[in-house]
Amino acid sequence: MTQRILSVNFDTENSHTLAAYERNGGYTAFRKALRMQPAEVVEEVKKSGLRGRGGAGFPAGVKWGFIPKDTDRPIYLCVNADESEPGTFKDRYIMDRDPHMLIEGIIITCWAIRSSDCYIYIRGEYDATRKVLQAALDEAYAKGYLGKDVAGSGWRLDVTIHKGAGAYICGEETGLLESLEGKKGYPRIKPPFPAVVGLFQCPTIINNVETIASVPWILENGGEAYAAIGVGKSTGTKLWCVSGHVKRPGVYETPLGIPFRELLEDYCGGMRNPDRPLKAVIPGGSSVPVLTAEEALGVNMDYESLGEKGTMLGSAGCIVMEEGTCMVWALATLTRFYADESCGQCTPCREGTGWVNDIIWRIERGGAKPDEIALVQNLCDNMMGKTICVLADACVMPVRSFFKKFRNEFDAHIENGGCTQAQPVALA
Amino acid sequence: MSESTTQQGVQLSEAARAELEKLAKRYPTREALMLPALWMVQREQGWISHDAMEHVADVLGVSPVRVYAVVSFYHMFHDKPPGKYNIQVCHTLSCSLMGAERILSHLKDKLGISAKEITEDGRFMIQRVECLGACEHAPVCQINDDFVFDLTPELLDAKLEELP
Ligand SMILES: Cc1cc2nc3c(=O)[nH]c(=O)nc-3n(C[C@H](O)[C@H](O)[C@H](O)COP(=O)(O)O)c2cc1C
Ligand code: SF4
Ligand code: FES
Repeated sequence: MTQRILSVNFDTENSHTLAAYERNGGYTAFRKALRMQPAEVVEEVKKSGLRGRGGAGFPAGVKWGFIPKDTDRPIYLCVNADESEPGTFKDRYIMDRDPHMLIEGIIITCWAIRSSDCYIYIRGEYDATRKVLQAALDEAYAKGYLGKDVAGSGWRLDVTIHKGAGAYICGEETGLLESLEGKKGYPRIKPPFPAVVGLFQCPTIINNVETIASVPWILENGGEAYAAIGVGKSTGTKLWCVSGHVKRPGVYETPLGIPFRELLEDYCGGMRNPDRPLKAVIPGGSSVPVLTAEEALGVNMDYESLGEKGTMLGSAGCIVMEEGTCMVWALATLTRFYADESCGQCTPCREGTGWVNDIIWRIERGGAKPDEIALVQNLCDNMMGKTICVLADACVMPVRSFFKKFRNEFDAHIENGGCTQAQPVALA
Repeated sequence: MSESTTQQGVQLSEAARAELEKLAKRYPTREALMLPALWMVQREQGWISHDAMEHVADVLGVSPVRVYAVVSFYHMFHDKPPGKYNIQVCHTLSCSLMGAERILSHLKDKLGISAKEITEDGRFMIQRVECLGACEHAPVCQINDDFVFDLTPELLDAKLEELP
């Protein structure tokens, strides 16, 4: 069974160059794709079961199939390299260490959806990464793999990097489109979905970097081979971003379905401090419900198993916390994030994230009244599912799960007039 | 200063204008050049003044209010001159777990300023920022565009020493 697809060349010398990519067998899959009909490429990706790696886990091939067949408008591909979900840093590795894998994935995807214009929307903070990626694009243009006549096929493809300027909400796909059009990144009301009315009012596919980077392997080896990796509907391999109190934080690739325990112990070397066992894990980026140690140590890392535990795979950002971490304070750092990043368009989100954040910090620092927990829960009820995008939900999910699983800490804080720990987190 | 020199101070350089017009071929609307143009202004001028926003509006053929709205929406655009070195310390969960607050209080003691402030000599500015996408190296900061990974107070001191 293939263990690694995306990270195989991460540690080879000059892995970011075209020469190294070709030496490792790269830029052959797109030639194969170009000999196929676009619809056949879409079929192959459908067969692979590849699901979006940006957070929602929607099957990529199915999404591509939503592009209207008879459109006479330009079709766009937007690669989402905004990577701003807290705890997530895998796309940076792909772009820094194997940018040509992403570029080849773009060529194949654009062929499949009949697009000649791709934008890569990269977060502004990834400036060094942007330069690596631009150099890789320049190489691909010089080699004739991009431009007016892709590898002599007569088909034009232009790829442009668009640099964001610091706004989490521009990772949300329609916020991204607005931002690319030169506006504030206000998410759009859906429907219409971007596949029908997207960038510049034209049919648009938005996919995460890791999703697109998985495509060359699928074309090279076939959708069925990809579907044979992983478990059930969680096919293929996945890049896990592990941060927090582990011995070796980092990006690790395994087939989907690996037990969390194995990821923690075999890949990350276990917890950093043997006296402080695991306390909690946020398995999919800050927006998903937290797991207790017991839940985490019994879960497999795939879409369905995490779903059964009431959480989500999300962006695969696993934030690991040890015994001794104050959960009120941990939650407060997250509500602060959502309050800072709400775009302010919807009242329940703008007011709700701010108010929730104020109360959580008051519980942490002292001064909260006992009935304020109920007030937060009430606010959450008025945010969940009531807004244009799911940022409001993304704030509610951690709040509700922290309350449910670590309620005693919130109660104790209120009783004691705030946090009694000198350091809300144990500093080794 | 005469009218024309102030104007010049806020305009994009010839080179930047040429770069922008080349980029224009990649987009069906001029408004889509908004972020690229604002990045160019900030690169050349260090920040984006009101006059520079009007210049951008002019170049893109959009109303100035659209430019003001965009500049204020994005965290990375400066509508006031920043310090020469902008120290952006991440304070989101993974960095907090690994001691971001310790880094921030060290900076405060060292530079005598809090977040959002600039030292009197204009050399340093501190900003608290959200997850920088480098949590495996927490705690993390960026000094202008450059990451500093696995921060300790000692490492930060050494980095600040090295700056020209
Ligand atoms: C608030 C918010 C932030 C998001 N940030 C990102 C991001 O940084 N990167 C990303 O790929 N997807 C992000 N998404 C998910 C995108 O909206 C979209 O689902 C994804 O880019 C689609 O690509 P995929 O199907 O390949 O996953 C975000 C969603 C929301 C609601
Ligand atoms: S839910 Fe929040 S972030 Fe999303 S559109 Fe509404 S106000 Fe903006
Ligand atoms: S939390 Fe600081 S870089 Fe992610």
